[in-house]
Amino acid sequence: MKDLNPATEVSLQEVTAFLWHEADLLDRRDYDPWLALWTGDGHYVIPVEKEGEDFANYLNIAYDDAAMRKMRVQRFQAGFSISSAPPADSVRTVSRIVIDRAEGDRLTVRGAQHVVEDKFGRQRVFAANVTWVLETGPGGLRIRDKIVRLLNSDGMLTSISYLF
Amino acid sequence: MSLDDLPPLPTGDLMKGDRVATPMYEDPAIFEAEMEKIFGRVWVWVGHVSEVPGKGSFKLSWVGTQPVIISRDRKGELHVLVNRCRHRAASVCEIKKGKTSSFQCPYHGWGYGLDGSLRAIPYAEGYAADFDKSEYGLKKLRVEVFEGLIFASFNADVEPLEEFLGNAKPWIRLFMKQGGGFPVRTLGEHQFKVPMNWKIQLENTTDAYHFPIVHKSFLQSLDGEANETFSFMDDDDGYVEDLGNGHSVMVMMPELIDLDADPDAPIPERFRDLAETLRKDYDEAQVKRIVRAVGGCGFNLNLFPNAACSLSFFRILRPVSVHETEIRHIAIGMEGGPEAANQMRMRLHEHFQGPMGFGSPDDAEVWERVQRGSAGAGDVDVMVNRGLGLEKDSGNGLPVGDISAETGMRSAYKMWKKVMEQ
Repeated sequence: MKDLNPATEVSLQEVTAFLWHEADLLDRRDYDPWLALWTGDGHYVIPVEKEGEDFANYLNIAYDDAAMRKMRVQRFQAGFSISSAPPADSVRTVSRIVIDRAEGDRLTVRGAQHVVEDKFGRQRVFAANVTWVLETGPGGLRIRDKIVRLLNSDGMLTSISYLF
Repeated sequence: MSLDDLPPLPTGDLMKGDRVATPMYEDPAIFEAEMEKIFGRVWVWVGHVSEVPGKGSFKLSWVGTQPVIISRDRKGELHVLVNRCRHRAASVCEIKKGKTSSFQCPYHGWGYGLDGSLRAIPYAEGYAADFDKSEYGLKKLRVEVFEGLIFASFNADVEPLEEFLGNAKPWIRLFMKQGGGFPVRTLGEHQFKVPMNWKIQLENTTDAYHFPIVHKSFLQSLDGEANETFSFMDDDDGYVEDLGNGHSVMVMMPELIDLDADPDAPIPERFRDLAETLRKDYDEAQVKRIVRAVGGCGFNLNLFPNAACSLSFFRILRPVSVHETEIRHIAIGMEGGPEAANQMRMRLHEHFQGPMGFGSPDDAEVWERVQRGSAGAGDVDVMVNRGLGLEKDSGNGLPVGDISAETGMRSAYKMWKKVMEQ
């Protein structure tokens, strides 16, 4: 990918390649390079509410700034969390990608995500609408914000031992 | 079905005082009996008053496996109604919460008031003159409120709620000091289902023994001072007290029993930024009070059969089947309180609780492991004898054990046996 290209010149193919790279890292639980995909000033959010964007003033399933993302990854990696040592295996598909807005160095991208997890011989499915706010810069695209809206976010979920 | 027609359960063989038999987690017949005898008769937590704040507010909830609506009528009166049309059983409401003036069945249009009374029937001429609408309101439960907690019971002759809560009442009042001078309100909730029997969760809220093991990764994510707060298994001042009627309290941080007890206590490091923000709008005494409220209480109050006031949130269980239980972790904060304080409450809640918290997924894993393990050696009992022989008397004539004692579980199972034998 070219350096420093304005957001309006980033192609759907470049965005898709970036999001598939992220999905691949997450399914392989290769979390250190995943952390490095972020700009550092945004949030990884899994809201409970189906609507609205005032995440700070509502309870979320996850509302992680850079420090919290790092702690979350450390928890997974340290091996002391019984739910994530070992975690469920996951296979995810990211698709239906739409570039919603492109302005300056920032792109807002929407997509669909299906995750199937397997643990204890049972499989569970999570579907989500995902919004990424991406920034172009030296070295290509990076994630500023990622908002994962689980279809059943305000309903009865199950415990989750990996990242969406 | 009436359980009076069934052979009585061998309750003495199932609950043996210091241990319980494996079928308690495994046998669908026991589950059916529990739904009838426990969830069908005693006071069951259904909600908090802030979830139905004004006239016309409603919220869906459950009593055991039965769907109910909590509603507040135009006079402000609370009602708990079975969510089932009296005509042909369709649910009359599938919106989780909101405001309305009535509930209308989608099937044939029967309309009910907020108090459950049957108001309107389309094409009423199809019923004979002796059809009396007043007999066909939504089925109503008894409702009583204590300190904002709404309880309901299917048993019309159930004892007064305050009698049932008994020794738990002062602990509920202490818990509500987390309003920090404001009314307590719910701030949202995490919900997750775990493949386990409901009593595995009932036990867990009074189980300090698991904390340093299961929650090691949570403890590692805290700063030194907060980590010290959660080191109760290594301290010798915590305790578990049987409060009677199946209720118990596990005191992990005795210095945080009464949030008003030590108003001059220094502000912990992790709350300094919050305190600085609050100082713009509040005097120092209020800042300290709000900060202490944000930090939460130092105890888990377990209320038989389905609720807990746990450190700083409500933990509600709902039995779904013998092998399935739904858990709700409801965040609470300050109605009309400072935004920064409520935000911090929510961030602290997100840190530990819920499907992706640093604590709950590990709890869910071990609960599921209990259920999976129970499939083996069904003749072997589940032990809840920790602390027996080491307990003291509480002054209420009830036992108090050390922080890791299984006193609270024995309390809950004692009540289980009593209710199941009635």
